[in-house]
Amino acid sequence: MAEIKIKSVARRFGKVEALKSIDLTVADQEFLVLLGASGCGKTTLLRIVAGLETASEGEVWIGDERVDRLPPRDRKIAMVFQNYAVFPHLTVFENIAFGLRMAKLDQNTVDKRVKRTAELMHIDPLLERYSGQLSGGQRQRVAVARALAMEPEVLLMDEPLSNLDALLRMEMRAELKSVLAESKTTTIYVTHDQVEAMSMADRIAIMNKGEIVQASDAVDIYRNPSHRFVGSFIGNPPMNFLPAKPLEGSMWSVANLQLPGPAHPSNATDSQIEFAIRPEDLTVGDATTEGAMHVKVRVVEPLGSHLLASCLVDEQLFRVVLDSDHPITSGDSLYIKPMMDRIRWFDAKSEHVL
Amino acid sequence: MQTRALPYLLLLPSVILLGVLFLYPFVLVAWQAISDDAGQLTSAHFSEMLGHWKFNTAFKNTLYLTLAVVPIQMVLALYMASLVTGMKRGRDAFLYIWTIPLGISDLAAGIIWLSIFEQSGFLNSFLVTFGINEQPETFLGYQNKGTIFLAIALAEIWRATAIVLVILVAGMGLIPKEYQEAAEVFGASRWQRFTKVTLPLLKPSLQTALILRVILAFEVFAVVAALGGTNLPILMGEVYQWQFVLRDPNVAAAFALVILGISILCTLVIMWFLRTPKGATI
Repeated sequence: MAEIKIKSVARRFGKVEALKSIDLTVADQEFLVLLGASGCGKTTLLRIVAGLETASEGEVWIGDERVDRLPPRDRKIAMVFQNYAVFPHLTVFENIAFGLRMAKLDQNTVDKRVKRTAELMHIDPLLERYSGQLSGGQRQRVAVARALAMEPEVLLMDEPLSNLDALLRMEMRAELKSVLAESKTTTIYVTHDQVEAMSMADRIAIMNKGEIVQASDAVDIYRNPSHRFVGSFIGNPPMNFLPAKPLEGSMWSVANLQLPGPAHPSNATDSQIEFAIRPEDLTVGDATTEGAMHVKVRVVEPLGSHLLASCLVDEQLFRVVLDSDHPITSGDSLYIKPMMDRIRWFDAKSEHVL
Repeated sequence: MQTRALPYLLLLPSVILLGVLFLYPFVLVAWQAISDDAGQLTSAHFSEMLGHWKFNTAFKNTLYLTLAVVPIQMVLALYMASLVTGMKRGRDAFLYIWTIPLGISDLAAGIIWLSIFEQSGFLNSFLVTFGINEQPETFLGYQNKGTIFLAIALAEIWRATAIVLVILVAGMGLIPKEYQEAAEVFGASRWQRFTKVTLPLLKPSLQTALILRVILAFEVFAVVAALGGTNLPILMGEVYQWQFVLRDPNVAAAFALVILGISILCTLVIMWFLRTPKGATI
């Protein structure tokens, strides 16, 4: 059992608050991805769990043990670093065996484990090579093998695929996922790549400015962002946002539409909320379609599987995903109808979902 | 074509200069050591050198001095470099202070330590003033060879550890922090991180520092001259003696070749011992 509990962990660098009181529990054998833009504190949080960085406040628990005062080597963790950190003076074999040798396992066990993990990561023909004789992808595999050989209860990965080219990254992504599913470790995986996060994670924790804004599975995060930031960060292209003005009842005026939305808050006059919808949750109609929004097309990008039209509504950018055969050019008018069950509303001040 | 020749052209002046000022005199010296006045090959100078009663003493003293000084310097410099590298603030200040002795000529360094150890020196006045000794001692007298040796070793360590330190600090700065962190996560203690990661990755710098120090230790002269006079014969001192006092440049040349020989030998041994395994890039 290796559940990871992070309790009110904060980290300050001088006056800068890199992490503001993070609470997070990662279940045993769960694959949790910390996702966020660079500088959001995700790596700092990972390094605090690893023990390479100390928290200014808070506790870290692994299993039944409080570990935030323990050195990294007493935390039963293994880690894969962004730049791999494969030792250049050791062979691939000795790199994978490094942790096992530190743990003073007998030669037999070391041999067995190194062989097994090397085969798992398909690097068994490279065992006698040095890191300088390997490609980036092979070095990456060595770094993962070195971590897996430890049979750790907790595996920490810091943007392990970010230095690989796109094709290799996709390949490694699928491979890592299947390897880790079998390994039964609890994994925290840091990345800034949302596709990577969504494809691999059991659960994604999205971080922004030192806080976790939402932690849920990929579909939920995509469909039901709890926070405006999540909607604007997840999805390529991200969600569309338009300001809404209060009307009678719980009706709201958005562009030329009147839509039923959340009940008006008490101070209705100065309340500002935003209408949000994903670019693909729109159906195309024509000038006669009832409840359709009128938008002006500015740029059309043919992306093969679909067209991406960047449009303007009241001088606001509004993106629409269209079928590839849709006959449309810039300057055209477009009438689009939002799918009612896919509309989300956000408080413009607190940025929380309503 | 022109661009391909350019680097060589630019290097040419330095090559010519080295050839004229180093290689040519070297050949002359080597020839001097193995030929007589009539221009015939002879081993007489080497026999004379080997037969002289001071040769063995000088050879041994030089060797012992090197063995006493260089390892202590390496260990000290490694320790100091680790401390400096681990510092967050003030590392430059420490480096500057530690490297002050580098700016002093070796003769000056010898004289500084002489002013400490001589009969009316600082150490004696200290001992007498605080009543530890009644009479000043002649630490550096000919009957106290051990003390002379110790004083020279101290002066050398004080004077030349900094150059090793500078090389090692530069080398340690080149080792990415992630290697240390990886070793830490995978269970290495502080000492294991030092021996299993830092030291192997520091090999190129260790090699440079060690070769430089060993060669300079074989050439030690001014510090010994200042502190020991002729009481502690060493190889370089013998070169001087034969050349300028005994006025026998042939035997002096033979001594010089011996120093060159052991320097080359030690360099090769160090290079082999601290070699990087084939295929590894550090």
